[in-house]
Amino acid sequence: MSTVEPVLIIARLTLREAVRRRLLWALAGLTALIVVLTWWGFSRISEASPITGPVQELAVSQVTVMLAFMFSFVLAMTAVFAGAPAIGPDIENGLLLAVLARPIRRSEVMLGRWLGLAVVLVVYAIVAGYLELGAVTLATGYAPLDPLIAPAYLAGEALVLLTLAIVLSTRIASVAGGAMAVVAFGLAWMAGVLGGIGVAFDSDILRRAGTLARLILPSDVLWRGAAGALTPPEEVLRSAGVANANLYKYSPFSGAAPSPLWLAWCAVWVVGALAIGILLLRRREL
Amino acid sequence: MTGTAAGAASEAAATARGAAIETHELRKEFGRIVALAGLTMTVARGEVFGFLGPNGAGKTTAVKLLLGLSQPTAGDGRVMGAPLGDVAVRRRIGYLPELFRYQGWMSAREVLALHCELARLPRAGWEQEIRAALELVGLVDRADGRTGTFSKGMQQRLGLAVALLGRPDLVVLDEPTSALDPVGRQDVRRIIGSLRDRGTTVFLNSHLLTEVERVCDRVAIVDHGRVVSGLSMAELTQGRGVSLRVTNLGGVGAEVAARYGPTRLDGEWLLVDGIAGDAIPQLVGELVARGGSIHAVVPTRHTLEERFLSLLGATPDTGGGVLDTEGAVGSEGAPASDESIPAKAKP
Repeated sequence: MSTVEPVLIIARLTLREAVRRRLLWALAGLTALIVVLTWWGFSRISEASPITGPVQELAVSQVTVMLAFMFSFVLAMTAVFAGAPAIGPDIENGLLLAVLARPIRRSEVMLGRWLGLAVVLVVYAIVAGYLELGAVTLATGYAPLDPLIAPAYLAGEALVLLTLAIVLSTRIASVAGGAMAVVAFGLAWMAGVLGGIGVAFDSDILRRAGTLARLILPSDVLWRGAAGALTPPEEVLRSAGVANANLYKYSPFSGAAPSPLWLAWCAVWVVGALAIGILLLRRREL
Repeated sequence: MTGTAAGAASEAAATARGAAIETHELRKEFGRIVALAGLTMTVARGEVFGFLGPNGAGKTTAVKLLLGLSQPTAGDGRVMGAPLGDVAVRRRIGYLPELFRYQGWMSAREVLALHCELARLPRAGWEQEIRAALELVGLVDRADGRTGTFSKGMQQRLGLAVALLGRPDLVVLDEPTSALDPVGRQDVRRIIGSLRDRGTTVFLNSHLLTEVERVCDRVAIVDHGRVVSGLSMAELTQGRGVSLRVTNLGGVGAEVAARYGPTRLDGEWLLVDGIAGDAIPQLVGELVARGGSIHAVVPTRHTLEERFLSLLGATPDTGGGVLDTEGAVGSEGAPASDESIPAKAKP
């Protein structure tokens, strides 16, 4: 049983820590740098090959998806680096002893830590995501299919990885937990690529493996949603000579909006993982 | 808790008022290791209670169980009337952990404000609470310094300030002076004294016997996760005696002294255990009357350390020649005592 007030106290504490320890400032500085570089890079692309038709539009879309992939990687790393030391070190160095001797439950500490870091990640994903996509559009004039939703999917992906890292941090040393979360993120992405190939080449086993991987860690569901939102509309693809526009969404350079069922699974996964994390933390000796 | 009639009476009183802490056969196992074998004790409200034991006796484990920071494997207990693990009762408890560590990126003032918030103290009173706590532990000058830059001693002082916020009814101090210099230790004794005056129950977990001896009303000695003795400080240190340096008497002196209590002759030192204080002049008079030369008369009493060691089955270090619980004396030399009397020579 958790109540809101203590969760908010810990969330505020976590946010203040992010500000004071210059996590937010570092992210803001890096974002500014990336946005400027993005604008510069895409301006050069636009100069070399202005968007005059669907082929150039497809090319720009693919670079945009790659940029988004780089950003999703940065977000994932940020989520893991922020989440992996969120609980464990506070137990090991005794910081939590003084906190938990107050009228606050372990579950509330866990949820507060998660909430505080989630706010940091979501704000970062949304603000930096829009700025970067804005820089692309400004430099090239390319308007992806659904630019407004793409950063939201990326934020969701970061939340999945943050949850994984925090859950691991209740039991596993930060470095090991962080490494595990990063590997899991990479494997999930790779499984998504293989699953896409499975669909495109009609391989049942690959398709099932992809689905299973997404059930275990749904970060790739959200990444594919972001990539899909950054892809040009199907008519552009067809005009650009993509033989099977419907299958293009299974390529590593594209994706598709996840079904409501998959989105629900992402939410259930986060809630379930947090519940497991709370159980693990409750059973841990301080 | 085991104890004498007086101890039992004190416990009965504690129960009648609603004890601050009661535990019954509290047990904690970590895998196959038994950290606490079966802790049964009662701490009355308003008393300063010393919880003593050698390293690894299960003291810190017991504290964590009392505060709900750890779940007992078996047994039960109540703290301030609430069952172990109750969250709401922690509003009334202050705690200084043995492993004290606070957010290094915060100032001392901010750490205290955080704990005011966590303890749900009314916001209007925070500033005053924080100022009072900082003054009490002598950290006013460093209130706005980052705690990450604090020395261990300063961090422990901060921990003490955190524990005292909001005038808790029960203050649990786990080795509160482990990082403090002698001045700091004196400050802690002063603070514990003021808590006692205020009616606050203090649970002092320590292995520093002199510290406990000076401030505690009652003591429980634990070993291997069990209370081996629980007595008032007076009971623990009772059993007075006297050491006399006598010459010219030989065995006669011991025969005379035997009428006053168990005696032992050790070189020139005649040791008499259990003799009442007002009987000492009479004994001295008799010895002098029989031709003895008295060079020194030193009343002795058991120190907590002696009782502690004897209860734990260890041999007390009697290098100072102090009586132990068996009435025996160790090596030669002037007996240690806190109240030496100048020697009176034979007329």
